[in-house]
Amino acid sequence: MRADLLLDDIDGLDEALAAVDGFDASLVGGLLRPQPGQADGPAGLAAAVAGTPLAARVAEAAEKTVAGAGDEEHFVALAAARTALLGAVHDALVLRVDEAVGRPAADGTADPSAEAGAADASAPAPNLMAAARSWLCDLARAGWRGVDHDLVGGAAPVVSAMLADPALRRVATLLDGFAAELAACCPGAALERVPVRRWADLWSRALLLTLPGAAAAPATGSATGRLLPLGVDVHEHATAVQAQVHAVFEPAGGGAPRLVRASVSAPKPDTVVGAGLWQLLRPHMSLLAAVGEGRAVELEGMPVTAEGDLLWDDACARTGAEADVFATARVALPAAAAYAVAPLDRHPARIAVPVLVEGYRVREEAGGPEEDGGVVLDLAGCRLRVDADRVPAAGPLTPKAVTASGACLGLLRWDAGEFLLQPLAVERTARGKSVAVHAGAWAGGTTDKAGVRAEKAATDAVTVLRERAGKLLRK
Amino acid sequence: MGDGALSVWEKSSTVRVVPPARPRKLAKVPFVELADGRLQGVVSSGSDAGRVYVSSVAAATYAFSCSTNNNRPCGGARGSFCNHIRPLVTEAVLQYGAERVARYLKAEAESGADAAALLSAMTVTRPGAGDGGAAAQVFSRFLRHLGYLELVATTAPLPEMHWFPAGGAVAA
Repeated sequence: MRADLLLDDIDGLDEALAAVDGFDASLVGGLLRPQPGQADGPAGLAAAVAGTPLAARVAEAAEKTVAGAGDEEHFVALAAARTALLGAVHDALVLRVDEAVGRPAADGTADPSAEAGAADASAPAPNLMAAARSWLCDLARAGWRGVDHDLVGGAAPVVSAMLADPALRRVATLLDGFAAELAACCPGAALERVPVRRWADLWSRALLLTLPGAAAAPATGSATGRLLPLGVDVHEHATAVQAQVHAVFEPAGGGAPRLVRASVSAPKPDTVVGAGLWQLLRPHMSLLAAVGEGRAVELEGMPVTAEGDLLWDDACARTGAEADVFATARVALPAAAAYAVAPLDRHPARIAVPVLVEGYRVREEAGGPEEDGGVVLDLAGCRLRVDADRVPAAGPLTPKAVTASGACLGLLRWDAGEFLLQPLAVERTARGKSVAVHAGAWAGGTTDKAGVRAEKAATDAVTVLRERAGKLLRK
Repeated sequence: MGDGALSVWEKSSTVRVVPPARPRKLAKVPFVELADGRLQGVVSSGSDAGRVYVSSVAAATYAFSCSTNNNRPCGGARGSFCNHIRPLVTEAVLQYGAERVARYLKAEAESGADAAALLSAMTVTRPGAGDGGAAAQVFSRFLRHLGYLELVATTAPLPEMHWFPAGGAVAA
């Protein structure tokens, strides 16, 4: 990997992010009565997309919003402009990653018009979507500093109604996590600091996801061949968990290998956490067991989206032969081409490129992640910081194991102005033998003491909840 | 105004703003939450396995209420916090941390205060009994909470979950 390329400046990046930051700052105080200093925010966004098809609508939206007369349609236009700018940032970053990693370019450039247009124009649950939009617009008017419990509580009925319908899971899960986070930070006026970019990200994504067709990611083909897992990325908020397996897919009968993902997610009560969560997911995706055992999986007609997401169905999968993750990373990964990214998913936070890094020296720099310190890999003089915050508690991989490693398979990410490496697995050589530690080692089950204890705690929690509920319901 | 004055934390898309709830045993207090302007929850009876109490403390006034699932007032909750409200506060501190609980209840607590300090900060103000009507709401919130157990898992990707990385770094 040419790590030096990851440190080089990218043309236009700072300017694009400055326009985003300007708008984000206006959301801190709210759009109801924008303060004089905040007026440049929406205007700066409009100026940044002046050369695009969005120009006229965003210019009008900015003008009305600055005058304190912005309505729902205007806020949607501003959210779209912000998303487009970050989409451009994403593209520039991914181009740089491709150069640095030297992987084959994504096949078939994204065909945004075709995909967005073709996404079925049906509008599921229009009333719920309208209610969600209206809540999000109220949030934007109040601003993060104006958020209080009454305002945040307005999301609860919408979220409850949406969660019941698996087709609305994507927007429901986002709103649920976002609202819970806002609730925990109430009142906004008393906050010491505001996660400015994060909340603007969540707000604008949620707003766009309520539009017809935005969240649709239908299967566009099927996959038959061999799936070689690389590792598991785990996501969790108070009431949801997702495990996403990154893998190389080798089509049967030849053809170029592809980088794919398979995901499984479940809503959960907030008292069920950490390593206890695997058991909620395990029954729904046999792939997790295969990952835990270090095996390949044979796919037969597995549905796959235009983005390379396998829509997992156990009926289309059969556990195969042993497959060493580091062998996959050394042999199959370099030749595997990524799929094009869906238009709405072009955002820097969604960059998660599997890479194998070897031949580094590990440094532990003073200061936590916020001070730009922590575990750093030194690749021939180039710094690549390890995103230790993203090493899940639900597995045996620890930042310490990274420190002692000689090879690291991870996801290359980008956040707050720099590239980071999220470790999925590390390898170290002990007495001439290489030993691997995987973040997802407990996915299929574990005999590890801490893992067993966490799973038992979660099982007990669920049992107690059900039993107590029974008592209450019986009256 | 986007002049680069934002800190790394403020510029991060994926920073963890709220630490994950800490695991706790649910047998005594199966449900606790900060909602509807109250610290509220469901507490198991110490003596009768078949009975649970619905207990709450209001923010700012600390007005408290406690009744059984059959809507009988708790005998201990006359004049002061009963033996259900106390564990409710203790478990809330376990789950959310003392700081967040104190902030929600608008309780005067020194930084580093524990559940006991929080309890005495509230009882010293001699709070009165709140209206018992909260019980029905708490009950419906508990049902909503339990509803998460019944929702089906899905294998369609949720790209937005990339904003919510699972991490162990903050776990105690």
